[in-house]
Amino acid sequence: MDLSYSAEYEQFRNQVRQFLKENWRPEDADGGPPPESQAAMMGAVIRTDERATQFRLKAIERGYLYRHVPKQYGGGEQPANALQAQIIADEFRKVKAPHEVMGQGPSMLVPTLVEHGTEEQKQFFVRDTLLGKILWCQGYSEPGSGSDLASLRTRGVLDGDHWVINGQKIWTSNADTAHWMFCLVRTEPDAPKHEGISYILVDMKTPGLDVRPLRQMTGEADFNEVFFDNVRVPASNLVGKRGLGWIVSRSTLKHERALIGGSMIHRRTFDGLMMLAQAVNLRGEPASKNKVIRNRMVEIESKLLALEYNQYRLLTTGARGEDPGLAGMVTKLYGTQLNYDIGRLAMDILADRGLMAPGEGSAPAMGMFVTAYMWSLGVLIAGGTANIQRNVIGERGLGLPRDAATKR
Amino acid sequence: MDFGLSADQLMLKDTIKRFLDKQCPTTRVRAVMESDTGHDPKLWQELVDLGVAGLIVPAAQGGAGLELLDLALAAEELGHACCPGPFLGSALATIALVEGADAAQRERWLPKIAGGEILATIAIGEDDSRWDPATFTTQVRGGKLSGSKPLVPYASSADVMIVAAHDEHGPGFWLVERGAPGIEVNPLKLVDMTRRVESMSFRDTPATALGGSRTALQRTIDAGCILVAADAHGGSRRCLNMAVEYAMQREQFGQKIGAFQAVKHQLANLASEIEPALSLYWYAAHAFDHIKDQSERHAAIVKAHMTDLFDRVTRDTTELHGGIGFTWEFDLHLWFRRAVFDRGFLGEANYHRERAATLAGW
Ligand SMILES: Cc1cc2nc3c(=O)[nH]c(=O)nc-3n(C[C@H](O)[C@H](O)[C@H](O)COP(=O)(O)OP(=O)(O)OC[C@H]3O[C@@H](n4cnc5c(N)ncnc54)[C@H](O)[C@@H]3O)c2cc1C
Repeated sequence: MDLSYSAEYEQFRNQVRQFLKENWRPEDADGGPPPESQAAMMGAVIRTDERATQFRLKAIERGYLYRHVPKQYGGGEQPANALQAQIIADEFRKVKAPHEVMGQGPSMLVPTLVEHGTEEQKQFFVRDTLLGKILWCQGYSEPGSGSDLASLRTRGVLDGDHWVINGQKIWTSNADTAHWMFCLVRTEPDAPKHEGISYILVDMKTPGLDVRPLRQMTGEADFNEVFFDNVRVPASNLVGKRGLGWIVSRSTLKHERALIGGSMIHRRTFDGLMMLAQAVNLRGEPASKNKVIRNRMVEIESKLLALEYNQYRLLTTGARGEDPGLAGMVTKLYGTQLNYDIGRLAMDILADRGLMAPGEGSAPAMGMFVTAYMWSLGVLIAGGTANIQRNVIGERGLGLPRDAATKR
Repeated sequence: MDFGLSADQLMLKDTIKRFLDKQCPTTRVRAVMESDTGHDPKLWQELVDLGVAGLIVPAAQGGAGLELLDLALAAEELGHACCPGPFLGSALATIALVEGADAAQRERWLPKIAGGEILATIAIGEDDSRWDPATFTTQVRGGKLSGSKPLVPYASSADVMIVAAHDEHGPGFWLVERGAPGIEVNPLKLVDMTRRVESMSFRDTPATALGGSRTALQRTIDAGCILVAADAHGGSRRCLNMAVEYAMQREQFGQKIGAFQAVKHQLANLASEIEPALSLYWYAAHAFDHIKDQSERHAAIVKAHMTDLFDRVTRDTTELHGGIGFTWEFDLHLWFRRAVFDRGFLGEANYHRERAATLAGW
């Protein structure tokens, strides 16, 4: 075990620092949301203004961002190197320089297109998606098909050189602001469940497409219902082979990205919790002096540290080319629980002040914690529910037999 | 940057594991725990021959000169096997000597400990103050030690014991030899039958101060917390593996019980907590030698976290075995009992969490 970086990596770090010094002035970092704001807390701030874009272009050119994407489509094209990627993430974060644009476009669509898309599709979409100029939404879930995604029924019928799509998607995050949707559509009604699905790109301005906001329990509307009524999409928007959309959709990040930053967001929320515990009085003393609260704080911090060091371990297995096994499989489930633990303790520190709806009351950060507490439920469900994660850990991680009903 | 075990460490761990798999099946564990002394000198000597007693003894004194992480890897495997015997007390006495003894004391004792010629143990906790050195009442006046220690591992088998006490300068360690006058030892029956602990009292017993630093006392407690956490981790893994194996054999309602989601999810939950916790004890052990300003706090955190988890793992995995899990014949309760020891010895979880909060300046 050696937690220092070798000279070679320290040299790489110096290059990154030098690059940042030349291309990112500290004052450029200003204008972001205040650190105690909800947006900053949730890690949801992604600048895509011109200044940020110009900076990203240079960083991509140097191979610091989008390292898994080929240069010709707008990526940094570097061999996978988890330690370098970690150094880049650390150094960029320190000076608050724009890192990669997050969201379903860069993280899910881009790797899919790189692997399965046509040359035209790659040229047209990838670069602008990486720069946050094309925003995407993911049309997978349907009213009858969530966990059992392959049971989806939205139909696509080929009519000349167009697909004609009819059906409905649901829980579609950001469908109201997205420019394009990547979605799964049943195109071979007679094929077995998993073999009749195609992966199709849909321009959100296409006639016949109706987006209706769906309020989530926080009161805001970040997701939507999307209705397809004879939506005509050029046949060339099909990604991969017709009927093989299930396989196409499985294509995710193979390289370093998946390993990085998994616990950063929790560290930030935990720091917020600490600030709250010191700032808020509970029966005549700062909450951080209350024995029970302190005890729970340490309990939560222990879990956070375990997650962070587990991340180090993943970096090392990645760098050594070893299979991380369970250590990589459990992080989402573990993080979900941690998220909830943090939210609940924040609510207990707020005590009856936590009764107040976000925005009500005088403590500045109060609304943030209430919202985060509610969002901990969304995270529990989005991207595969906790129970589905448990199935995956049990079956692929521990080798337990599959449930008869989910065998295909 | 390499947060993983080296080839040597993997080999060490594997060697100990293979030895224990073969030489320390639960039939032997049971035989030792049912014996009078709870100590099988042959098994202990075999472990000594593998180097376990001398891992962190400097090479100059006949040891391997390794670090706490290496010793913790051994502790993990001993926990995995539920291995009975004096490892913990011996390891802590050794750490106390390495950290706090002067050159002559090290020369005199460490080679013999590393070679298994003598057995050493440690006496720390007290009745009222439990594990907080600041409030110990055992006193040393003019080289004579008086007081009582309710939980001393393998006191009657030990040739030399390191005792935590106060003199006019505050808390520190003193060394007492077997057969010194004024010692009284009373055997105790523990929930954990794989480790013997006795209560001791001293009355004007001749004792020599460990010549070195007084921080040795806290350092030794820290190391103990980490070793116990590693033991708990090894035990947790073993119980999980047993339950997974059982879930793949046992059939009810016409299928393997592991196909039932209630069972699968319980196991998945345990795995998802055990797996990241491994990194926590590695880090704490590494910090003990290399990041000293973090090591006391990490030791407290890891002790609380991993022994709590061990308790839960033994509980859930016993449940997953159904009725057989609750029998004397079935082995799971050996680990359940060990978890009871790991949670209480050196201080309970709440105490260490409060310490961690204070150490962070909260
Ligand atoms: C905040 C948020 C954002 C989302 N964003 C998007 C998006 O952008 N695009 C998109 O396509 N979808 C999105 N989703 C949908 C999300 O992927 C689904 O909600 C999720 O996969 C679960 O499907 P479901 O809601 O139909 O629940 P169901 O599948 O009906 O599940 C109901 C319950 O049954 C359990 N269950 C079902 N099957 C099993 C099984 N085999 N074993 C054990 N338990 C089972 C589930 O765990 C759950 O508790 C979003 C959801 C949320 C909450």
